Amino acid sequence: MNDALVVICLLLVAASATAAVAVRDPERQALVLAVLGLSLAVLFTVFQAPDVALSQLAVGSVLTPLLVLLSVRKVRRGAGPKTRRGTGPDRGGRDRTRPDAGPQPPGGRGGRDGATG
Amino acid sequence: MSRRLRMLLLALGGAGFAALFAAACLELPHFGAARHPYGERAVHAALARHTANVVSAVNFDQRAFDTLGEESILFAAVLGTVVLLRQTRGERQVRPEPVAVARPVRRYSLVMVPVALLTGLYVVAHGQLSPGGGFQGGVVVATALHLLYIGVDYQALERIRPVGGYEVGDAAGEAAYLVLGAAGLLGGSAFLANTLLPYGTFNTIPSGGTVPLLNAAIGMEVACAVVVLLARFLDQAVEIVDGSGE
Amino acid sequence: MSVLPYLAAGWMFLAGCYGLATSRHLVHAVGCLAVCQSSTYVLLLAVGYRTGGTAPVFSDVRPGSRPLVDPVVQALTLTDVVVGATVTALLLALVVQVAKRHGTVDPDELSELRG
Repeated sequence: MNDALVVICLLLVAASATAAVAVRDPERQALVLAVLGLSLAVLFTVFQAPDVALSQLAVGSVLTPLLVLLSVRKVRRGAGPKTRRGTGPDRGGRDRTRPDAGPQPPGGRGGRDGATG
Repeated sequence: MSRRLRMLLLALGGAGFAALFAAACLELPHFGAARHPYGERAVHAALARHTANVVSAVNFDQRAFDTLGEESILFAAVLGTVVLLRQTRGERQVRPEPVAVARPVRRYSLVMVPVALLTGLYVVAHGQLSPGGGFQGGVVVATALHLLYIGVDYQALERIRPVGGYEVGDAAGEAAYLVLGAAGLLGGSAFLANTLLPYGTFNTIPSGGTVPLLNAAIGMEVACAVVVLLARFLDQAVEIVDGSGE
Repeated sequence: MSVLPYLAAGWMFLAGCYGLATSRHLVHAVGCLAVCQSSTYVLLLAVGYRTGGTAPVFSDVRPGSRPLVDPVVQALTLTDVVVGATVTALLLALVVQVAKRHGTVDPDELSELRG
């Protein structure tokens, strides 16, 4: 019974790790990394390591994906500062800029909401 | 390096690693084997010092010096991030405008903030008894604060999160760990040796000698470190914009 | 069964390395590095596992009543998880800096810039 559980969790972890590498868009990768963190936490619980599972749950499925999302947002904005004004600084991680969306139409997301303090 | 050369190198290295690793796996003790000499000794040492959670005993007693190293890596990584992500010349800070949040979301997250904070503190405080400790609880406490960002807005988060204070807290956690180690030295034994305090009653909060104190120091450092890290990244993603774009 | 967890760890490591080498986006590369790192957790905990063992925590288990899994590797992994996250954060901060300085995060374009 326990052996079957271990095998299932291992396959789940290996599959999500492969998916995390295969997904090329970093935004989607952040979500797959969260899934990987979650499945690792389950695997560690099955391995009778609750301390590590807790730590993995907090770090792997929350902190790392969040940091990745925030850097993607910054990098996307920083890459084309003159053309990307439409994706202004409104609400942090809420703004899901599409990958390779190109210049956004002015007013698409509140236009110049970030231009004035 | 051309793409083809790189892939060739990767294939060679990968094949070499796979062959050696597979050979090593066959020689490793089988998965689930019953012989764990270090583990058994660690359990004995933890029980001798009345620490119910053996993992915490290993981290903060038997291998406390190693944890000091890990903690210093954490500290240095946060320091590096703070330096790298500071506001540079030619960048401006823009106040993000408040945005209306759906009422149920706001209510739920405001209820959850104290619950999550309390959970994190509980996990830190019971590190020497049950699964958990400073590393896990610290992350929970730090991320719990950010529920305010989801529930209210960025300015509310900034009000309860003076980054300077958390930077001081980060340094204080690191310093407290060092001071506790030096106290062991002054107490007549070795650096970070757990001989200073009475070991207490097994399975109560003040058990395990210096383990709960070191655990709390780590909890403080990790919580402050994660808050500072997220603050820097959030500032970059939300507030700081390239001034030349205007 | 007796070597499957080790092989899974090796697979994860190789997959992460492949992603690192072929990545076209530095943030994606950092994510692949995180995958490589996770493989070490799986390997360490697999070495410490014991069939029928329970977690090395005595808050509700009488000492000596049941076999335990190895607490030493768990302690190693535990610190590694948290410290690994902060190192990931440092790398991401470097990526943000690269994006600011060079306006691109494609490793191939970056090496063309230099050469």
